[in-house]
Amino acid sequence: MNGVLMSDETEKGLKSPLRRQLLMGMAALPALTMLPRPSFGAGPATSAVNTTGLAVTDSEVTVGILHSVTGTMAISETGSVQAEKLAIEQINAAGGVLGRKIKYIQEDGASDWPTFAEKAKKLLVNDKCAAVMGCWTSASRKAVLPVFEQYNGMLYYPTFYEGLEQSKNVIYTGQEATQQIIAGLDWVNKTKGAKTFYLLGSDYIWPRTSNKIARKHIEGHLQGAKVVGEEYFPLGHTQFNSVINKIKLTKPDVIYAIIVGGSNVAFYKQLKAAGIDMSKQTLLTISVTEDEIDGIGGENIAGAYACMKYFQSLDNANNKAFVSAFKKMWGEKTVIGDVTQAAYLGPWLWKLTVEKAGSFDVDKVAAASPGIEFKGAPEGYVRIHENHHLWSKTRVGRAKADGQYELIYETADLVEPDPFPKGYQ
Amino acid sequence: MFGDYSIGDLGAIFAMQGFAGLILFSVYVLMALGLAIIFGQMGVINMAHGEFMILGAYVTWMTSNAFQSFLPALFPGYFFVAMALAFIASGSLGMLVEWAMIRRLYKRPLDTLLATWGLSLILQQAYRSVFGAREVGVELPEWMMGSWQATDAIQIPINGMFVMCLTILITIVVAYVLFLSRWGRQVRAVVQNRVMAGAVGINTEKVDRYTFGLGCGIAGVAGSAFTMIGSTGPTAGQLYIVDTFLVVVFGGAASLLGTIASAFTISQAQSTMEFFMSGSMAKVLTLLAIVAILMMRPQGLFALKVRK
Repeated sequence: MNGVLMSDETEKGLKSPLRRQLLMGMAALPALTMLPRPSFGAGPATSAVNTTGLAVTDSEVTVGILHSVTGTMAISETGSVQAEKLAIEQINAAGGVLGRKIKYIQEDGASDWPTFAEKAKKLLVNDKCAAVMGCWTSASRKAVLPVFEQYNGMLYYPTFYEGLEQSKNVIYTGQEATQQIIAGLDWVNKTKGAKTFYLLGSDYIWPRTSNKIARKHIEGHLQGAKVVGEEYFPLGHTQFNSVINKIKLTKPDVIYAIIVGGSNVAFYKQLKAAGIDMSKQTLLTISVTEDEIDGIGGENIAGAYACMKYFQSLDNANNKAFVSAFKKMWGEKTVIGDVTQAAYLGPWLWKLTVEKAGSFDVDKVAAASPGIEFKGAPEGYVRIHENHHLWSKTRVGRAKADGQYELIYETADLVEPDPFPKGYQ
Repeated sequence: MFGDYSIGDLGAIFAMQGFAGLILFSVYVLMALGLAIIFGQMGVINMAHGEFMILGAYVTWMTSNAFQSFLPALFPGYFFVAMALAFIASGSLGMLVEWAMIRRLYKRPLDTLLATWGLSLILQQAYRSVFGAREVGVELPEWMMGSWQATDAIQIPINGMFVMCLTILITIVVAYVLFLSRWGRQVRAVVQNRVMAGAVGINTEKVDRYTFGLGCGIAGVAGSAFTMIGSTGPTAGQLYIVDTFLVVVFGGAASLLGTIASAFTISQAQSTMEFFMSGSMAKVLTLLAIVAILMMRPQGLFALKVRK
């Protein structure tokens, strides 16, 4: 039921940027009357849907957006902010949530974790936001988690991350580590016959935890496979010639790279310059989305494989509509990476959950979350698991010189999220 | 770890590793030269050095785009134009900053630290507002990518060799300007005794301005060259600032030769250790060694002997 309703609404929602364009052109004015106009204020009584004093009026509901738009992390978080604003605009165009228009308050975490905590408190305590879409790094999530638990808020967190966490107050719309790692390793082992792996990463919790899971899987579950090297580099490291020589010496079947930020760009440029030909040397990464390729340059990474749940090039109706709406709103040149798509899911999942719960109350929303399915997801279809993570497919794509990924493989079924994987810790 | 390899393999790896060290050495010298002039010769602690480099990188990116749209035929050679423009852009900005801010602080060298740090934040946010928060990809002409196949097993990155040549060229020019030209003598005179230099007829304000501009301009060229090996984004300058100060301070702030010697020591230690252990550990050990040496020789490797 929910699903049927959904796809209908998605369609309407996607007409919204189109409507804006029509508004701009006087000649098209008559056509405007033919489009559905959302009317707000027709939903159930406020006293019934809001018993805990959230910022909900008869015609409006307030949510928060909490990302870094300044500082180091702005580079990554900008896409998430854009996706969340797009989703909110589409939901409003389709009639809002429980007959109420979504109004958002945006705060800047400024790439600084204490600032995130402070702004989270402001959004929950002063602004009484019914839900918050936000955070990107694990550090920022860890900083706001106690705030959300203390003041009973609802956070929709978009980034793929290392797992080992679960909270009533958070919905994790990105993949936890096993969802991103295991299927990719199985694939490269089966189709490329890969036996030897060289693990690389930036030196902080996400790459280290992910490589730990990768190592356990390679050594414990893949026949005859072994790890021939494992290395970490300080964040911001820009010189990779030495490790590239080491890779040349060990000749691994697969380079497994989880390098992030500015280091990423240096790594791929130097790999290319050192004459490593990605059509012969398999490289699998879980940290390079279309966003990062923008900085790396498609010609430097063409031929590498990435394991994600979403690629901009996915060929399905939801995604085509999403990509064109995104580009209409934010410009033809913007690219959409895995996390941007996951951020887009946040407002939609929240809307569906609120409608299922029939209430904005955080406790009811948290309780109603498991089982919520979103059939309009650009990645295809997602469902919220009991543990507040998403069931979603794992996909492998191959980078092309134009900066896009070409889908090579996807799991047949949705992969179950498992934030506390047994035997992998 | 070498048991399974033939002598030929090992030889090739060591040759490539030697080049990796030399490339790192050139990168360090190139990024430290501008600071060596500003910090070493003028005593200004320029925390915005990285941002002047990134201005050069953005200029390179814009030049590359301009050439692609308007002069695609000349694209293979755009990089030289870009470096010249980067020098002019960063140098002019440097002179502007000197005029507006630094010249008021010569008597309070420690305050330059705070002022230029603020400047670096302002510049970062300015880049973010103008060019966007995302990194930009600078497209290189075909001939600058890939590697030169010296033998079957030895491959040397072309961009690395390009940086090496550039570094040698700039070092020679800087050494000539500072130590052999009339202007260089004026610079050193102003540094040693500002009042006296003024009294003998040197226009100290002008000398200061051009020196600061030269240092920033070289930073711009370095930033332009680093688009080949690193990232170009609003905060990318921060990636270089620590290493840059490390090289300059370790070498002995006032000595150009010291900067070069220190870049050589640090780069060789770093790249050799990185080969035998993980990148993070190599960095830790390098920093520990530098701390130990600086405790014994606080003035750095090379220090000018000055009568006190």
